[in-house]
Amino acid sequence: MSVLVIAEHDNAELKPATLSAVTAASQLGGDIDILVAGSGCGAVGEAAAKVAGVAKVLVADDALYANMVAEPLADLVVPLAPNYAAVLAVANTVGKNFMPRVAALLDVSQISEISAIESADTFVRPIYAGNAMATVQSSDAIKVITIRPTGFEKASAEGGSAAVESLAAAGDPGLSTFVGEELSKSERPELTAAKVIISGGRGMQSGDNFPIIEAVADQLGAAVGASRAAVDAGFVPNDYQVGQTGKVVAPELYIAVGISGAIQHLAGMKDSKVIVAINKDEEAPIFQVADFGLVADLFKAVPELEEELKKLPPA
Amino acid sequence: MKVLVAVKRVVDYNVKIRVKADQTGVDLSNVKMSMNPFDEIAVEEALRMKEAGTADEVVAISIGVQQCQETIRTALAMGADRGILVKTDEELEPLHVAKLMKAVVDEEQPGLVILGKQAIDDDCNQTGQMLAALLGWAQGTFASEIKLGDGSASVTREIDGGLQTLDLKLPMIVTTDLRLNEPRYASLPNIMKAKKKPIDEKTPEDLGVDTAPRLSTLKVQDPPQREAGVIVEDVAELVSKLRNEAGVI
Ligand SMILES: Cc1cc2nc3c(=O)[nH]c(=O)nc-3n(C[C@H](O)[C@H](O)[C@H](O)COP(=O)(O)OP(=O)(O)OC[C@H]3O[C@@H](n4cnc5c(N)ncnc54)[C@H](O)[C@@H]3O)c2cc1C
Repeated sequence: MSVLVIAEHDNAELKPATLSAVTAASQLGGDIDILVAGSGCGAVGEAAAKVAGVAKVLVADDALYANMVAEPLADLVVPLAPNYAAVLAVANTVGKNFMPRVAALLDVSQISEISAIESADTFVRPIYAGNAMATVQSSDAIKVITIRPTGFEKASAEGGSAAVESLAAAGDPGLSTFVGEELSKSERPELTAAKVIISGGRGMQSGDNFPIIEAVADQLGAAVGASRAAVDAGFVPNDYQVGQTGKVVAPELYIAVGISGAIQHLAGMKDSKVIVAINKDEEAPIFQVADFGLVADLFKAVPELEEELKKLPPA
Repeated sequence: MKVLVAVKRVVDYNVKIRVKADQTGVDLSNVKMSMNPFDEIAVEEALRMKEAGTADEVVAISIGVQQCQETIRTALAMGADRGILVKTDEELEPLHVAKLMKAVVDEEQPGLVILGKQAIDDDCNQTGQMLAALLGWAQGTFASEIKLGDGSASVTREIDGGLQTLDLKLPMIVTTDLRLNEPRYASLPNIMKAKKKPIDEKTPEDLGVDTAPRLSTLKVQDPPQREAGVIVEDVAELVSKLRNEAGVI
């Protein structure tokens, strides 16, 4: 039996997290098909066809799917699912939204945010904000799974030559209408795709102080993140939040500035390769996970960091 | 309009949990239990609707062991009107919870059901979406703002790139995100008053829902531990270590 992967994309580009989902699918065994549901998303379908190891790409190109709203998207996926042993999507805010709807319509218990695959029916997933790892076995005929991209290497974006088929839209359930989006604009890399992230917490005191972090980010080509406290206080928009209930990231380098290291924050970043903490409180729990800790006032240390990075010869 | 809110009893978010030595699960003995923080936000939102005159009754439902009564009492002390406990000692999956809630929705006929977006114990983030599916209703998940209209509601959602607004048909499901509101604390007089508010008890059998497990937990383990690293003297040392030892810049 084959596996269906639902592509993450923005109608123009296939997002790299989809490549992690393809790797997860390959660990389940069987052919891998990708569904691209979008509007004006032909280029995404072509990109998906080039992904190594993919057998077939289904493209449902219709205004109904332009924003991947859950109700119509679930109605598209549900009739396809019985052809597959498993349906996989990335555990981002799109996947988290529509996949449980698919699972319930199929009468299946979803397995959320898996970080590893033991066998075709057995999966590892974090619980309690990542403070425990559960190994669960599913007895459902179709597995409905969301994956944590940080748990799976990316499949190669090149080398495949899958057939592309177009798929007719399913009906509009008439429950939901897209009104609009307010997307944070940034020249910087996306948090979940960045190699380096620098995040600010409550210690930043105000959104007006974030430029010192941004200046370091510019030196490192880094994305900027934040703790919940910084988001709740309005320093930065909600999509900056890293943690149990925000984004889960695992960059090469994560720099936590003025962040205490609450378990809910650690849940989102403790799989980073190298962690740096800058905090004036030497007792702050963030130092227990940091590879390199600097006990200092951030308002002094962060501008200094920018200066030192400027002086650094190219690697 | 009647609003149904779901409240789950979970390990308090401040507790550092311990995995049992025999790897069968997490040690819950003598651990402080509280209402799931996202559900507090759900209760608060329903109460604000009642105070604004858009809701006339707020019913809190919890599903699980007898002690979930306490979680319902907390919701009643915050201001909910009455409670429903679906009592079971079985370990339930979100699919089962959604089916039980659907049966209650069929009886109660609320105009809106508000749930937390995820429970901080199993971190599943499924129940609200599943309930919406089973009812054939719209779902406004990860909500940071709800504006009730006539026959529909506008829901602003926290998404990866920012915020998204949808117009959703009522009756509908909402799941709460952190920025929807700041929940109130129950005052002492309200805690006293809550003791007299009614809680109706049901069982999965009463509701005709099969709760046979689909998933079995084979083991629960500690996550890989990170070793604490070194404290550097100054920024120059930090940069040199990142360049020469870690090789990440
Ligand atoms: C249901 C729920 C979900 C949650 N989800 C998340 C989540 O996804 N992500 C998340 O991050 N949190 C989450 N939290 C919140 C979490 O519990 C913490 O409250 C939050 O992470 C704290 O943020 P902080 O470290 O920025 O603030 P604080 O804990 O207040 O820490 C601020 C730090 O800054 C340091 N500091 C202050 N001034 C300076 C200075 N001048 N120089 C250097 N250091 C300074 C202080 O020493 C302190 O350590 C959640 C909580 C709940 C209940």
